[in-house]
Amino acid sequence: MYIRATGNISPQKTFGHLSFLTEVVEYSGNRLACIEPDYKTFIDVKLIRRMSRIIRLGVAAAMECLQEADVKIPDAIVTGTAYGCLEDTGSFLTKMVEFNEELLTPTSFIQSTHNTIGAQIGLMLKCNNYNNAFVHRGFSFESALLDGMMLLQEKDATNVLIGAIDEITNISHAILSRMGLYKNGPVSNLEMYKTISKGTIAGEGAAFFLLANEPSLNDYANLDGLKTFYKPENEKEVENQILSFLAAHSISLSDIDLIITGKNGDTISDKIYDHLTNGIFNNCSIVHYKNLCGEYPTASSFALWMGANIIKTGAVPAALEYTGNKKDEIKNILIYNHYQQTHHSLFLISAC
Amino acid sequence: MRDGFYTPSPLSKTPIISEERVKCDVFCQINNNTIMGNSVFIAGLGAISAIGNNVAECLDSLESGKAGMGHMHFFDSLHRDKLPVAEVKISNEDLSKLSGLPQTKSRTAHLSLIAAREAINDACIENIASLRTGFISANSVGGMDKSEKFFVEFLSGNSKSLPAGRQGKLRGVVNHECGSVTELVADQLGIKDYITTISTACSSSANAIFFGARMIKNNFLDVVVAGGTDALTKFTLNGFKTLMILDEKLCQPFDDNRRGLNLGEGAGYVVLVSEKVAATLKKKPLVTLSGYCNANDAYHQTASSPDGTGSFLAMSGALKKAGLHPSDIDYINLHGTGTQNNDIAEGTAIKRLFDPYFPKMSSTKTFTGHTLGACGGIEAVFSVLSLQHGIIYPNLRLETAMHDLPFTVETKFIKNYKVKHVLSNSFGFGGNCSSLIFSKV
Repeated sequence: MYIRATGNISPQKTFGHLSFLTEVVEYSGNRLACIEPDYKTFIDVKLIRRMSRIIRLGVAAAMECLQEADVKIPDAIVTGTAYGCLEDTGSFLTKMVEFNEELLTPTSFIQSTHNTIGAQIGLMLKCNNYNNAFVHRGFSFESALLDGMMLLQEKDATNVLIGAIDEITNISHAILSRMGLYKNGPVSNLEMYKTISKGTIAGEGAAFFLLANEPSLNDYANLDGLKTFYKPENEKEVENQILSFLAAHSISLSDIDLIITGKNGDTISDKIYDHLTNGIFNNCSIVHYKNLCGEYPTASSFALWMGANIIKTGAVPAALEYTGNKKDEIKNILIYNHYQQTHHSLFLISAC
Repeated sequence: MRDGFYTPSPLSKTPIISEERVKCDVFCQINNNTIMGNSVFIAGLGAISAIGNNVAECLDSLESGKAGMGHMHFFDSLHRDKLPVAEVKISNEDLSKLSGLPQTKSRTAHLSLIAAREAINDACIENIASLRTGFISANSVGGMDKSEKFFVEFLSGNSKSLPAGRQGKLRGVVNHECGSVTELVADQLGIKDYITTISTACSSSANAIFFGARMIKNNFLDVVVAGGTDALTKFTLNGFKTLMILDEKLCQPFDDNRRGLNLGEGAGYVVLVSEKVAATLKKKPLVTLSGYCNANDAYHQTASSPDGTGSFLAMSGALKKAGLHPSDIDYINLHGTGTQNNDIAEGTAIKRLFDPYFPKMSSTKTFTGHTLGACGGIEAVFSVLSLQHGIIYPNLRLETAMHDLPFTVETKFIKNYKVKHVLSNSFGFGGNCSSLIFSKV
């Protein structure tokens, strides 16, 4: 399966066909927010006003992806979001509590539905095809991707638009901070891996991919494999899952030119990455990505976008920190990510 | 492309790859859909709703014509005297005793666990631990029943010690996410090979069921517990109220004078198994999921197109997948919410697709209310029961048939009816339309 096009709005300058991560944006504080584009190029002005922020992010990323792919109507639209449209949910809840179930208006309720972004994309395109939404925490994007890959495999689609969208709102940031997810005090995202401390940095993003079962001249990469595993018992199981995944695709770690890991700066979360770096990943070249986009349940979509771009451009951006030996040519990339030690995923991509 | 793009997670379990996988079932040959493998069988059923705490109780109520709507007893809202709802008739305390989950957990999770466990027990799969098993569940608002209570404290700034935003016990919001509800249940069921959650409003659990079937057909899993769950929440009740589509009386789907829908709650699951697993079961499954389709109306965020484009595409797509003609369908379990908009859109699509030969039709939401993320699961259970027992359910409270439609829904419980193929419709916000077809082998 081929990654034909991408569209990515993130806390970095990733949107609008810019050169690939030549310049990295530094933030101070534990919350990275998306750099929002001028939506007018992609969405009707009247529609923009009615859409909440996450819907704009998702729709714009999807539209850029379709434009790049030169696809007007995809055979399927599948989205993944762990939290859904939090701003609208929070807004309706707040009014409901404040006005004691009276004087409510429907807009934020309508937009709070988890399938809103996929539905809005379908509506804008007048696309009557398959439309699905996965909402499973750190597996949301991976489930959406698997659905799309199955549709291609089943020959029920020749191309599929797959996206991941999650936002941070003031309310969600306040609650998740109380749960101890984020670092306290001032912290630079670019220094995230240098200090060992509890917590990570909050992130958000909207990343879309057009997958096709036929190659084109402009493909980014092949998407060869995907695997998810839930609550592995120990480090040994993680190792075995990785090795069996590679074996299933007849490839060994020595053939992997680059590993992208989901290291997020939290001591507990990073333990497994450090264990692997000193273990089975010992001779591999490794880069991380969450210092760029922050941590969120669908962050692996940023990693897939980054991996696809590394393969297409043939180089790792200078701004990324390397562990291990740098390979001259990057043909095979393994992405290993986990979200809160619970949701683990592996992606294998290769040069076309 | 390399074969086997997805690697299922279990390390110790051997995939059941059968020689028959290269052969195609008869439906697939019709569609020339050569990569699809065996049929997917329904091996077990589980349901809890306003008309019963298990499948047998629901079936009794369906036969005796006992609807589940009424005044709010366990759920509380400012609108308690105005809006009837279809509650599961158990308090959170007693529900917790039934499910085994602590009371601090969302009612949505309790309902899910009770129905999913019933489905697994019904399937009697002896060696389930050695099979690649998935749990694919749907819901619309996750643990919202707890979140909305948390929010009251969260927003209150009256405490001297804590400002607004620092209040409220976190345990009230820790399972807010839709996926979190699924995981609470999966962990209790001991399922970990594949877990995911789908949320496409009212079509959620129909999508969960056919995603599960495709996981089996692609040989990624052997057994899937699939369906959905939703508890009544103030969030949803007030949301639907702002849309002015709630009926202040008991709903009358497909009636010319229908006024809107009644919200309900519950959970419904089916156990899907591969043909290979089905062959090993003592209780031989007799029903397959033969067809399915997901289409989008692409008309409006909350309203259906007048001609029911999405509904038409979902139904016709499911028929095509099953290799069936409209005249092969013996019963349609309608989406039939009771809103002006849904029923005319669905009815118009049925007219376009089935005219002049209409199968029996009814909306079992006249019993259970509209259970949103659970309805596709509960109605899948009812559809399979219809096939197993040769029964058709009544559409309660019909007074005047819709003038614009050339057919009338069934008003009586019918026994000994020859039911070979049942179509189940689930349509939702966002234009999401999904249809499933269950067939007797």
